[in-house]
Amino acid sequence: MALEESHVRRAAHLARLAISDDQANRFVDDLSRILEMVDQLQQVNTDNVAPLAHPLDATQRLRADEVTETDRREQYQRCAPATEEGLYLVPRVVE
Amino acid sequence: MHDQTVTQLAAALKSGELSSREITAHYLQRIERLDDKLNSFISVTAERALNAAEAADKARADGHAHALAGIPLALKDIFCTQSVKTSCGSKMLDNFVAPYDATVVEKLEAAHTVSLGKTNMDEFAMGSSNENSHYGPVKNPWDLKAVPGGSSGGSAAAVAAGLVPAALGTDTGGSIRQPAAFCGITGLKPTYGRVSRYGMIAYASSLDQAGPMARSASDCAHLMNVIAGHDVRDSTSAARGVPDYTENLDAPLSGLKIGLPKEYFGDGLDADVERAVREAVRVYESLGATVREVSLPHTHYAIPAYYVIAPAEASSNLSRFDGVRFGHRCEDPKDLIDLYTRTRQEGFGEEVKRRILIGTHTLSEGFFDAYYIKAQKVRRLIRQDFLDAFEDVDVLMGPAAPTTAFNLGAKKDPVSMYLQDIYTIAVNLAGIPGISVPAGFAHGRPVGLQILGTHFAEAQLLNVAHQFQQATDWHRHLPALAEENA
Repeated sequence: MALEESHVRRAAHLARLAISDDQANRFVDDLSRILEMVDQLQQVNTDNVAPLAHPLDATQRLRADEVTETDRREQYQRCAPATEEGLYLVPRVVE
Repeated sequence: MHDQTVTQLAAALKSGELSSREITAHYLQRIERLDDKLNSFISVTAERALNAAEAADKARADGHAHALAGIPLALKDIFCTQSVKTSCGSKMLDNFVAPYDATVVEKLEAAHTVSLGKTNMDEFAMGSSNENSHYGPVKNPWDLKAVPGGSSGGSAAAVAAGLVPAALGTDTGGSIRQPAAFCGITGLKPTYGRVSRYGMIAYASSLDQAGPMARSASDCAHLMNVIAGHDVRDSTSAARGVPDYTENLDAPLSGLKIGLPKEYFGDGLDADVERAVREAVRVYESLGATVREVSLPHTHYAIPAYYVIAPAEASSNLSRFDGVRFGHRCEDPKDLIDLYTRTRQEGFGEEVKRRILIGTHTLSEGFFDAYYIKAQKVRRLIRQDFLDAFEDVDVLMGPAAPTTAFNLGAKKDPVSMYLQDIYTIAVNLAGIPGISVPAGFAHGRPVGLQILGTHFAEAQLLNVAHQFQQATDWHRHLPALAEENA
């Protein structure tokens, strides 16, 4: 499946990654070669094979729906770029 | 002292011949003297280490010390540590001090081991040469022109040069075994889920696994005794008992059935690496093992499947780096989208961006079935290859990498770098354990023998590796750099 610049642009937008025109061209080249290598997968017959998401076929364990964490907001916010009164600061979203 | 194993140092601590303070000061001094050449550490925490060493000596004096109390170790900079920077080799986390410790860090501290610092790595563990670090490449102590392998290249180089007796690494597609091979040390990737991933910065969550890197299999066994086990904070951690990994080390190997996957001895394997590996297999025959050829027919598809699954998981895992809650943030964002996109543009390096874009693309509408679901189906076939092989043999053996360490800057094209991991990557897809042990030299650089076992067969792998190290001395060789002004 050939990769076009529009695919790279769309992926960059979805991944919230700013890329320059130069970079976009380079990524088209790099990603095309990677996907060409990946396309070998299409040679494998996988009829009646179930996808494997977890190497041990384990399922998520359940636990009782009880609060186990203590409030450590101050500690967790110490590594944040900008906070105020316990809130994370971001550029204004609603005028 | 720097040529001693953890096992030897632990005996010296137990007898009182050495104190942890003496050992710790010795290794710190070696880091100070030699690491300028290697760049194997991102952070050295000398003062903390000396304090921890004193606490370990006191615990020993009080008579309630763990067998490894006072042993200096290093942590790949992917493990979260309170009060010490955890960068994951990225500009994105250059200012990040975690508010909690990884489970393995807690366990190592509870055993009174002494962390000397955090080791260099490919950014977010994405790489096979350690050239993708924000903090610059690590050099291979056997030849400063060569890479140490990746992504746990700092840990491998530091152990090989005798800057620390052992270290922790992580392995998503070969990141413990390949650098262990390139640097001439022993490195174990445990079964997926055997060691907790809590506090280990996630790259590809269904593949990532932490493990020990050391001078011997016996040392890896001692470390596994500390770090392995179920953790309620990691929902994928295996809820099953942990054996004493040292118990079985001395078991004889007579009757051991070894399989040599024919796909691991094909095109692309360096002839001198092959010679060293086949010589190692002959050592096993002399120890009473039998050898037969086996086939892992889907080997060729492991790298293609990995480069769908790992980037897909990575693109999702790395979405958390948004400039809001931790890590790098761009200057003067004009709106929220600008904050996200510029923060991520500035914070991530090239290889990380490539993998985020690949993962986002293959998961996106119109491509998901053809790439992601297809890769997961092939993943099942790859795992089945191993399960079928282990019906007939006890362990599989082959090279850890197709060549010895290549030169810095030698692999500019991403795909040629990816193909380096041909013998290690399928193991992560299958979730089985693997160990690389030193098996001689080719072109003056170390060769690693890789030994693979079925799920949760770590004790057997360690036994098989240990017996080889009783019969050979490849693991005792040190690079010339380690002996400079020793």
